[in-house]
Amino acid sequence: MDLENQARIKGFADQYGKDLVIVLGAGEAQAAELAAETVTQGDPTYAGPLAGVQLELPVYHAFELKDSVDPGVYDDQAGMMEMVLDVDALVESVKKFRA
Amino acid sequence: MSFPVIKGASYSLFHTPEMTVHQGSNQTTERLTNPNSEHFKNLQKSLRSFDDFVKYPPNQVYIGNIKPDMLKCHKRPWYEHPMEVASTDGAFGAIYTEEELIALVKIVDVFDLVVLEESFQAATKVKLEKRQELQIIDKLLLKLDSKGVEFAELERMVNDDHAEGLYYSGRLVGCVKKAHAFDPVLTAHVMFENLVSKATAAVNLLQMFTKTKLRPRDIDYIIETSEEACGDMNQRGGGNMAKSIGEICGCINATGSDTRSFCAGPVHGLVQAAALVQSGIYKNVVVIAGGSTAKLGMNSKSHIDKNMPALEDCLGSFAIHVSENDGINPIIRTDVVGRHTIGAGSAPQAVITAIVTDPLDRAGLKLNDIDKFSPELQNPEITVPAGAGDVTLSNLKMIAALGVKRGDFLKEDMERIVNEKGMPGYAPTQGHIPSGIPYIGFARQDIMNKKLKKVMIIGKGSLFLGRLTNLFDGVSFVMEENTVPEETTTVSKEEVRSIVAEALKNLAQSL
Repeated sequence: MDLENQARIKGFADQYGKDLVIVLGAGEAQAAELAAETVTQGDPTYAGPLAGVQLELPVYHAFELKDSVDPGVYDDQAGMMEMVLDVDALVESVKKFRA
Repeated sequence: MSFPVIKGASYSLFHTPEMTVHQGSNQTTERLTNPNSEHFKNLQKSLRSFDDFVKYPPNQVYIGNIKPDMLKCHKRPWYEHPMEVASTDGAFGAIYTEEELIALVKIVDVFDLVVLEESFQAATKVKLEKRQELQIIDKLLLKLDSKGVEFAELERMVNDDHAEGLYYSGRLVGCVKKAHAFDPVLTAHVMFENLVSKATAAVNLLQMFTKTKLRPRDIDYIIETSEEACGDMNQRGGGNMAKSIGEICGCINATGSDTRSFCAGPVHGLVQAAALVQSGIYKNVVVIAGGSTAKLGMNSKSHIDKNMPALEDCLGSFAIHVSENDGINPIIRTDVVGRHTIGAGSAPQAVITAIVTDPLDRAGLKLNDIDKFSPELQNPEITVPAGAGDVTLSNLKMIAALGVKRGDFLKEDMERIVNEKGMPGYAPTQGHIPSGIPYIGFARQDIMNKKLKKVMIIGKGSLFLGRLTNLFDGVSFVMEENTVPEETTTVSKEEVRSIVAEALKNLAQSL
């Protein structure tokens, strides 16, 4: 995960604590998994501000929120990408980092 | 309306394994934070030989020796299945060694910032003298007649004076000196990046003069579209890379300027070139860009982890010639230009709508009217192992999926549409280099050979990397088969009517 994004998430976590939810929009399962791991277990590459920091934040992929948002908004924002990306693989890669 | 045409395209590659190790931004960062990192040893072992580089199938596509569609049936991984027949000379350009590139950097340097070790300079000059494109400009190689420096002096400059080392085959052979004592944007490293970008763009423009009928004096305007910035501390991106390159290439009648929009810059440049030609302001405009050393080895850690060669070991460059309608070359449909507006939104669907379907809708065209879409053409063998996916395929799928949502295509036809209307990515991950532009040479050929009628060229850019906006960017245009302009036919008919009327009038008077 981008080092700048790690710093921002760390800042938000300090500010909001466990009320913070992370929603990922990654298009590749490998990238989604890395991001999910970073915001739960810490940065596995030990390169960024979340290295060794176990935030254990609840993390979801945007596709998992389909039933929680307005169908029109979801269709505009994610309908096309649902046809393009491997939704199951993305959801699985993130789900395993939720307690 | 007489649309402008694309009259020529040239593309070149430069094999740069030492620059990958010494100047790629990931490596320079690693050297600062972890100087004894294992990465450097691993990277050295993962670099390709020049021969492997030339025979790598995507590289032969880039310089025009095989068509992109041929890659579909070429066995993967491509790096394990080299071309049996390969050449450093291509239909569109050439492949250069790092040795040649280093000497070219010296040739384009007008401030005496580049010094080379004397024996290296003499030996490389002999090799460059054989290159036809370097004979076009008088006295271009004269720079290499000056006396080089001794190795000890080079070492001193790199170790004590903060000069940027130039390496070839494991040894220090030259350096770029800093251009100012304190200015942070005229450091040796920044000057190195700008001079390499200039050299790669310049020699590729010279390639265009050898491969097409365009001559240096014919060019009226140059638009440079790389991702570098040249200037000093008071005007960091002052420019003008375009004129500095035109000066080297003998374009004495040209002026020019730089256009920037991250990876979308080149397509913006082409739209501007088309407008300048169609308006009659200029007759011949070239859109050019050189390579980016910062991006070398950007994903090399991922490649090494997967026991692959470090494939980001090269620089790319291109030049596209836009000219007045000659009735032969493919036109640029300036009435079918896609643009990602500030208010369009950054969701992928909004972006593809803005740059692909909106311009077609405005012109009364359907997605199916486009024979080929050329989106970002990053080589998937570079991006997939790094977790970034197959960028070209994703873009083509997005276009097809949007077509399904709009009712242009059936969902079960998506795979066929992607296959028929797309191509595999094959360009090096040099940011602005893969953004739709590499296919223009093939599109021009295939449209002129009546194999294609309409091709859409798409560029996209990640503006948020500059930390000034979270906006995305995208721009597109359509290349189309050239037919006799409608106005010409109408005028001819009127002329005929007028001649007939005049003749009848004369006849009546004589009676």
